[in-house]
Amino acid sequence: MVEVALGRPRVPVGSIRRRGVGWWGVMMLITTEASLFVYLLFSFYYFALQTPGEFLPRHPPSLSLSLPNTAILLLSSFAVWWGDVGVRRGRQRQLVVGLAIALLLGIAFVTIQLFEWRQQSFTLRSSEYGSLFFTITGFHMAHVVAGLLILVSLLVWSALGYFAGRRSAPILIGGVYWHFVDAVWLVVFFTFYLTPYLR
Amino acid sequence: MTILDIERRPEVAAASEASRRRLDEIWKTPPGIAGFLSTVDHKQIGIRYIITAFAFLILGGIEALIMRVQLGRPEQQLLTPEQYDQLFSTHGMTMIFLYALPVLSGFSNYLWPLLLGARDMAFPRLNAFSYWIYVAAGIFMYAGFAIGAGPNDGWFNYVPYASRQFNPGMNMDFYALGMIFLGISTSAGAANFIVTVFRTRAPGMSINRLPIMIWGTLTASAANLLVVPAVSLAFFLLWMDRQFGTHFFDVSQGGQPLLWQHLFWIFGHPWVYAIVLPAMGMVSDGLPVFCRRPLVGYTPVALSTVATMVLGFGVWVHHMFATGMPNLALSFFSGASIVIAVPSAVAVFAWLATIWSGRPVVTTAFLFFASMIVLFVIGGVSGFMTGSVPVDWQLTDTYFVVAHLHYVLIGINLFPVAGAIYYWFPKFTGRMLDEELGRWNFWTMFIGFNIAFLPMHLTGLWGMPRRVYTYPDGMGWDWLNLITSVGSFLFAFGILLLLINVVKSRRDGRLAGPNPWDASTLEWSVPSPPPPYNFAVIPHIVSRHPLWEQQLQESDARSSLDTGYLLDHGRETIATTSLDSDIDLILKMPEDSYAPFLLTVAVSALFVGLLLHWWWLAAVGGFATVGAIMIWLWPERDLGQTADAGHG
Repeated sequence: MVEVALGRPRVPVGSIRRRGVGWWGVMMLITTEASLFVYLLFSFYYFALQTPGEFLPRHPPSLSLSLPNTAILLLSSFAVWWGDVGVRRGRQRQLVVGLAIALLLGIAFVTIQLFEWRQQSFTLRSSEYGSLFFTITGFHMAHVVAGLLILVSLLVWSALGYFAGRRSAPILIGGVYWHFVDAVWLVVFFTFYLTPYLR
Repeated sequence: MTILDIERRPEVAAASEASRRRLDEIWKTPPGIAGFLSTVDHKQIGIRYIITAFAFLILGGIEALIMRVQLGRPEQQLLTPEQYDQLFSTHGMTMIFLYALPVLSGFSNYLWPLLLGARDMAFPRLNAFSYWIYVAAGIFMYAGFAIGAGPNDGWFNYVPYASRQFNPGMNMDFYALGMIFLGISTSAGAANFIVTVFRTRAPGMSINRLPIMIWGTLTASAANLLVVPAVSLAFFLLWMDRQFGTHFFDVSQGGQPLLWQHLFWIFGHPWVYAIVLPAMGMVSDGLPVFCRRPLVGYTPVALSTVATMVLGFGVWVHHMFATGMPNLALSFFSGASIVIAVPSAVAVFAWLATIWSGRPVVTTAFLFFASMIVLFVIGGVSGFMTGSVPVDWQLTDTYFVVAHLHYVLIGINLFPVAGAIYYWFPKFTGRMLDEELGRWNFWTMFIGFNIAFLPMHLTGLWGMPRRVYTYPDGMGWDWLNLITSVGSFLFAFGILLLLINVVKSRRDGRLAGPNPWDASTLEWSVPSPPPPYNFAVIPHIVSRHPLWEQQLQESDARSSLDTGYLLDHGRETIATTSLDSDIDLILKMPEDSYAPFLLTVAVSALFVGLLLHWWWLAAVGGFATVGAIMIWLWPERDLGQTADAGHG
């Protein structure tokens, strides 16, 4: 009979970047949220295929605000990434600045999107297209707002000096959620703002 | 307080009285109401899940019995049509959503860390949260029923009947918001199970050494994570249609009623597997213990569990064969529905071979597990029949389908659960259930169930539609319905015997000791009931059956159960790599916390506000939700989340 010999390797303690459970947790959250958007878009394309006659409104959503707004959102993702690079290299200020820029860009996105909503020729109740448009972009907007609350928290915690080096899992976790919200926007953007040009 | 180091060599030691006392101090939950509201111990949460689920089972059962009185004879007037509608809908909602999955979550919650050699689930607070939300959502939905506004459109709730025009009361609003509410609990629980299995297994418990029950719940959890959003979205869109005048489902304004059915069944069919696969897993682990041999065909059974779910994503349209879809779609989904019999059959033959080649010890648990095979085959064959389009066209919306789904759900969920209670009750309480009463319990349930539901196939074949509140004399259904009603009461009496046995044995049952069945898996290596910290030292595993290595002689290596990582610098457990289970990290586990309970209160306020259009309450609930989450997630030094806990 041989009892196994236990090794005693030096291992990290607590929450360390991707090796803690927090990273896995946010991956689960993203998986289920991504599924939600899959079903939302499934509903949209189901309508697009099943509706007899004209499904799109006479004036589909325009690119004039939404295209620059898309760039703003993508830039904010970049800012979060840049801040994360900073904290890993021990540059606290870069982290705080990165998060602050991301937060401002995110707020700008929400503001512009609110204007964009007001420009539409349809409403939530005027047609099935309007119901889909405002529900799906509304769901996305709710996720942006959740992301902004996360960024605010991370900014406060970073300013308090909570994170440094490998002890920065919350930045990684909150950051990847923000990237997810931005990625979803690209799909929503494609669906509502670009597909009318594919006719 | 010790400064956390960023790295450490975990101490290896033999379990001692002193270390047990220390760990007990670290892990125990205070008694009283404080402990009740704040505990994150997976064992307490698991027991609560099981008890709450059984409370709903009893409610749903009483509803069923009332319906069986109504249907026992033709043209009965005990219930009005509306009352009957609410009863059968609430019965379905209760059994499928509030009993069937939560009871399995209860067993998994209690057993997973013990099976895996861990000290708790990966997210202990999230675990408490998913339980509280489940209770709150259950109360929310039953509040509607209590004031006469329960669901009244069947558990799958088809539009347009669920639309406001045809269903103006609050019935659908309770149901719609309640289901979204409950979905939070299901998703949180599913995420927790997945991370737990991939991160917190004992060193050496590689992926091919997992008990089958783990495979079952893991598969179900992965599915839930992917499909629960479909039903939450469907109910959300319905609620929007009803309250805000959107046009998702109303035909007059260009809505698409079939979209409801798609979204519902994209969720609904995988859900059916989610509420049976963990139970099948419990049979795969429990049955072999009473056959005195390992399960025949571990690998095929594990793979077929996963394969069932993969196929299960592609069969939802078989609930919609009669909706007038194109032939190509019908053929594809019919084919997928029939092919799914293959992985199910793999499990059935594995169990049969295990009994055949083992030396069965006929206990009550064995009887429940083994009888499940019979019921599964009957339910499987009737499912196979309705998977075929022409047969389905004949049988859809008849009592044949009702018979089929009860064979599947009671056969593959409730019978395994009853067996699991007999099997694991000694671990939960330290006492054995009474075997003699157990025999009465089993035979009453088994005979009662079959008297109730076997003739029901005939009721359906002879054309009785489901969901009618009564039926005229002379249709040839009278005696069949009477037999079903008599059987249902016998069956209910059997469940009553189970409850009596539990209550009685908990007080004066025979003492069990750590391993009364001489079983092979890790939960039987710790005392019954287990201490708050589960394992005095984290075991190190070298085989699938750590407690049977001596008998099986599969190799010379022996798992180390009494010597292992001590991990007593606060609440700690080991994190291992996902596939091979090599030691990777020391996890700092949270203390007991009120945050999950408070967050549940906040979310409940939000949902009540939405239901009643009390927007101020919804806003307060919303802000409180955000605040509670922030407090919960505030980085803590003791959890190794902040830089002053050491960094490098």
